[in-house]
Amino acid sequence: MAPTNLQTQAPVDLAAADAVIDSYQADKSWLVMILQDIQEAYNYLPQPVLEHVAVRLALTPSHVYRVATFYASFSLTRRGRHLILICDGTACHLRGAENLQEELTRRLGVAPGQTTADGLFTLETVACLGACALAPVMMIDGTYFGKLTSEKIVAALERFAAKEAPDA
Amino acid sequence: MPEARMNCLADLRGRQERARVAFYGPKVRLSVGVGTCGLANGAGDVLEALRDEVARRGLDFTVRATACVGLCEMEPLVDVLAPGLPRVFYHKVDPARARDLVAGLAKGLHHGDWALMRADQDKLLVDLPRSLTGSLNGLAAVPTFEEIPFYRHQMKVALRNCGFIDPLDVEEYLATGGYSALAKAMESMPPEQIIETIERSGLRGRGGGGFPTGKKWRACREAHGEPKYVLCNGDEGDPGAFMDRSIMEGNPHAVLEGMAIAAYAIGASYGYIYVRREYPLAVDHLRRAILQAEQAGLLGINILGRGFDFTVRISRGAGAFVCGESTALMASIEGQAGEPRAKHIHTSEKGVFGRPTTLNNVETWANVPVIINQGADWFAAIGTKASKGTKVFSVVGKARTTGLVEVPMGMTLREIVFDIAGGVAGGRQFKAVQTGGPSGGCLGEDQLDLPVDFDALTAAGSMMGSGGLIVMDDRTCMVEVARYFTNFLRRESCGKCTACREGVLRMYELLEKITAGQGTTADVDLLEEVSRYVADNSICGLGKSAPNPTLSTLKHFRGEYLAHVTEHRCPAGVCKALTKFTILTASCKACGKCSKACPTEAISGGAKKVPALIDQAKCVRCGSCREVCPFDAVGTE
Ligand SMILES: Cc1cc2nc3c(=O)[nH]c(=O)nc-3n(C[C@H](O)[C@H](O)[C@H](O)COP(=O)(O)O)c2cc1C
Ligand code: FES
Repeated sequence: MAPTNLQTQAPVDLAAADAVIDSYQADKSWLVMILQDIQEAYNYLPQPVLEHVAVRLALTPSHVYRVATFYASFSLTRRGRHLILICDGTACHLRGAENLQEELTRRLGVAPGQTTADGLFTLETVACLGACALAPVMMIDGTYFGKLTSEKIVAALERFAAKEAPDA
Repeated sequence: MPEARMNCLADLRGRQERARVAFYGPKVRLSVGVGTCGLANGAGDVLEALRDEVARRGLDFTVRATACVGLCEMEPLVDVLAPGLPRVFYHKVDPARARDLVAGLAKGLHHGDWALMRADQDKLLVDLPRSLTGSLNGLAAVPTFEEIPFYRHQMKVALRNCGFIDPLDVEEYLATGGYSALAKAMESMPPEQIIETIERSGLRGRGGGGFPTGKKWRACREAHGEPKYVLCNGDEGDPGAFMDRSIMEGNPHAVLEGMAIAAYAIGASYGYIYVRREYPLAVDHLRRAILQAEQAGLLGINILGRGFDFTVRISRGAGAFVCGESTALMASIEGQAGEPRAKHIHTSEKGVFGRPTTLNNVETWANVPVIINQGADWFAAIGTKASKGTKVFSVVGKARTTGLVEVPMGMTLREIVFDIAGGVAGGRQFKAVQTGGPSGGCLGEDQLDLPVDFDALTAAGSMMGSGGLIVMDDRTCMVEVARYFTNFLRRESCGKCTACREGVLRMYELLEKITAGQGTTADVDLLEEVSRYVADNSICGLGKSAPNPTLSTLKHFRGEYLAHVTEHRCPAGVCKALTKFTILTASCKACGKCSKACPTEAISGGAKKVPALIDQAKCVRCGSCREVCPFDAVGTE
């Protein structure tokens, strides 16, 4: 599986973005939160949406772009349907997180920051998931996997891949 | 049915009393810790099993979801409060055991043989010690809290209630005396006296800097400009630390109450809690706590009918370590990129939105209500001369028992690592303990008698930081640890000032070179020189402290650096370019564990009495075989 950039050029429906912006009364001080909610709705931050946000909040596009590229959690390209966060915090690092990240890379064929060719998984590293006592730790779509081992990785990937089976 | 909004202090007292009666009432109360670590250990299924079994048997029990009591390794933990009996805790409960517990309790019986510990007195709830003595009915053999090494030396102030109450129900917080401090402050303490109490208590910021909290509040109170803001730093960027998460998840009202007291004293009307995105549960619990507090008249407009307004909102971080720094955090709340600015003007005068602002850490806030309730002298009696009260540490890494511990300041690192956490896991040799987060320092065996104290730790080249305490054993390479932290800081440097942006990168390159086996003694010297330059010339705390891991390991573990550059050897067997794993045939018992653990199938043999053999061409030097070998039969060269 090779990494891909699945960004499409198709027109984007802005209704979801408007709903988010309205829920913050189009207050530009909530920009970081607005972008997070928009990313949740669209899976990433499509360029036309960023431009729309700038218009709605009366900000320059360059300001919105600067904020969108400053924070690690924003993605300007489409991400996989499932987000795998492998912790590389200190506690996890000392308990072999690096080997597990390599295991994930071997299994998925992508490095951290990349998405599998089938669009199923995006792999990312994080600096700590706050479950350090159970190191090493990974999280898939909000579900925690503690005391992680290679076997647990295989089982977890299968479980999430199976969820997609019929219509994927 | 939710109770009505409270409009006066008498309403609060009445409601606290009703909540207390319900809490310690006639019903059996079962609770499971379903904080982040509980969930990662399967506590969700246990909660469901308890609820289902109670319903199936038609029992009139209360089943509650609580958060973390700090013993993360022992989760899922079930806490049982039955009338007339001590509080009993069960560890490593699975759904089947959960059902059996309910079955026993239906007949009034505990499973004493499964229990981890009991509490005869709820004195961990500092605000309201409560005796639970009654019959010991079959529980005499279960050790008490005070007898368990992990808890014996602890003192819970900031962590009070965490894991003992349902954080999603304000009534449970009220039952333990919650919001009494806010009521006391508004009723009987002029703002000046509140600030003086905090000053006299000696409380210092728990977010890392150790700045005197009362002094900060005073500066903000005296500053001109409206409105004023009170902020909570819940960014907890320090990897390996999770006490702030535990408090936000397990006792969110303590944070809100602390903030409201400060807002009242300072004259602030708005508050923000800045939480990192990796903590979705903390965000959810805080959000619900704010809503409940507003409905109860404890936050929002005209709090408790006293004409005081204070509104709190949550701002989620978006993944930038530097946003834990005060000015970067404020920029992020304003909708900007989170870049720090030089603090020529104090944020107490011009902070968020250019207005007077007070920022404190989650743990700092959680201490405030206790100080107001118990008084400054009570608090100041705990700890050392210049570090008062307690500090929460997350003991992680190679410690035997990992989890959250709260100890009085002044306790030594040795007591925490060995007496509380049981020393190093797997019977290995202790090498170092790292405190202070990515920009803290590593302290060796000879420094274990240092007390937990802001100034003592800084003097030793580390720092208190937010309380991550990472235990390292003889299989941890200190050069690699320095490389790891420097890599982290290199990525998190926001790039605004040259010393940090370029300097930390150069340090990282040198450390890479050394761990790759290509370093020289001149590189080690250069590394030291660059480190000092970065420390002296960066704008914000990130750059100023970024050299700490390197400088502290150079100071205490220089021999390990020299082994890398002169002998081309990694003594801990970690640096891949310098390590080769081999099986010590004489010790190998052919158990097969190593070949199973090997991710690249590089190990043959290891079964039917044939000793294992590592194919060096396939070996990726991950060390998994050495980790799992029960016979110490994997050697390094
Ligand atoms: C790079 C950097 C990161 C920081 N990260 C945090 C953090 O994650 N949490 C925190 O409470 N304080 C953090 N701080 C400290 C804050 O700047 C600030 O001193 C603190 O929140 C003040 O609260 P306190 O006085 O109650 O500790 C950080 C500082 C720096 C320089
Ligand atoms: S270091 Fe991995 S969860 Fe904290």
